[in-house]
Amino acid sequence: MSDYNFAYLDEQTKRMIRRAILKGLAIPGYQVPFASREMPMPYGWGTGGVQVSAATLTPEDTLKVIDQGADDTTNAVSIRKFFEKTAEVGTTTETSAATVIQTRHRIPEEDLSEDQILVYQVPIPEPLRFLEPRETETRKMHALEEYGLMHVKLYEDIAKHGHIATSYAYPVKVEDRYVMDPSPIPKFDNPKMEMSAIQLFGAGREQRIYALPPYTKVVSLDFEDHPFDPSKAPHACALCGAEDSYLDEVITDDKGGRMFVCSDTDYCEKRRAEGHTGDLTKETAA
Amino acid sequence: MTPLLSVKDVAKHYGNHIGCTDVSFDLYPGEVMGIVGESGSGKSTLLNCLAGHLPSDKGEVIFDTRVDGPKDTLKMSEPERRMLGRTDWAFVHQHARDGLRMGVSAGGNVGERLMAVGARNYADIRSEAVTWLDRVEISEDRVDDRPTTFSGGMQQRLQIARNLVTGPRLVFMDEPTGGLDVSVQARLLDLLRGLVRDLGLSAIIVTHDLAVVRLLADRLMVMKSGRVVETGLTDQVLDDPQHSYTQLLVSSVLQV
Repeated sequence: MSDYNFAYLDEQTKRMIRRAILKGLAIPGYQVPFASREMPMPYGWGTGGVQVSAATLTPEDTLKVIDQGADDTTNAVSIRKFFEKTAEVGTTTETSAATVIQTRHRIPEEDLSEDQILVYQVPIPEPLRFLEPRETETRKMHALEEYGLMHVKLYEDIAKHGHIATSYAYPVKVEDRYVMDPSPIPKFDNPKMEMSAIQLFGAGREQRIYALPPYTKVVSLDFEDHPFDPSKAPHACALCGAEDSYLDEVITDDKGGRMFVCSDTDYCEKRRAEGHTGDLTKETAA
Repeated sequence: MTPLLSVKDVAKHYGNHIGCTDVSFDLYPGEVMGIVGESGSGKSTLLNCLAGHLPSDKGEVIFDTRVDGPKDTLKMSEPERRMLGRTDWAFVHQHARDGLRMGVSAGGNVGERLMAVGARNYADIRSEAVTWLDRVEISEDRVDDRPTTFSGGMQQRLQIARNLVTGPRLVFMDEPTGGLDVSVQARLLDLLRGLVRDLGLSAIIVTHDLAVVRLLADRLMVMKSGRVVETGLTDQVLDDPQHSYTQLLVSSVLQV
């Protein structure tokens, strides 16, 4: 028996967070303020996501934690251990086996289903933050649906770079109403946000929770003559040969050598187990 | 003719101190009204009350809207008033920095109001921005430069372009030439006069510079200690001042 209350937080706190989540689900894309607690990890490590996960988990759940798509990085391993210890829930690295997935900066490649919940860790929930520094003003802009400023950012991108250079945290409009920051996921993942799973976003330091119910309309902002382009590196994965997945660039030596591998480690492993090979794995096999 | 803006008995108090009080006037389409007075006479307070930047304590500010006809802007809902603020109204600040986004390029600054009312075609927004920059005598190759790299006069002209791009009918100006040197002032005034006449704008200009109102304003309102002390046609007030304060004001202008 663990000395922690189930999933670390006390029951009243979890109720408070659940109320915020429900409100968020009722108003898709709206940032609901909540009384964020101190968590035993620094801000920026996913304190918001952890609180949302804690309020969502039940003893029967199976948890998966990914950081930039990977199951084996420090952040992911720590949070997984945290819940193994405090909630004694089962954990997995397999996307389809998980019921709750906490993620930092990626959506898994594999399609999620209706009985899954995706929890995002959000550093800055306010999409207008760097355009309008006053929180009172941005709240008013959300309330009155004044989103012209968001396009000014995209305009600046095109004026400077010739195309929309924003490649992560690409702003989206939810159900034709709220403009939302999808947390720093690559824009490659934006089209995937219209999915069957529930998506919850927790920002611990900024004390905001927002949510997308399943099958919510999520449109990436763009211009008529510069349409949204969910781009990725134009390569195939060096390990599994996948051409449809988001890739990380890995520097392999100091002579300009590099390779591209799937950022979603579970997806890559599964494909390799199925016998797919990429450029690198072919060479070693030969 | 219905007045474009009809101000009735507007007052604003800061505690026991009078900001402005008992102000009433009508502004007709195409007319430019000057408000002059010394520092602290309540002219900027009045302008901010009229433009909805400050809540007034009492009175009515009735604006002849395009769709619904005359409406009291003080009783309007906030979304309505803000919509008015970025379509039919424009506000030129004394310091260009208050009216511009300094971190955004000149083109983006001009385009913001267009995008705010729903323009979503990059090429159109950009060509409109270039046209307006040209009208305020900023060359096309500066369109992607930030206002921080502009001189004071250019910033002020950029602010004017940014405000006029959506074709407002009423422009509020708070000391538009303040802080600029005389030759730049002259150019800016010349430009403003041309734009106001070409576009048939109505404007309310607050200034302490009598030369500015002489050039731009049709009518003049002189304020002192929060009250209007004299009104009339610009030339009439300046050439034949009746109130002792106006006489003092006119006689204090330095002659070269």
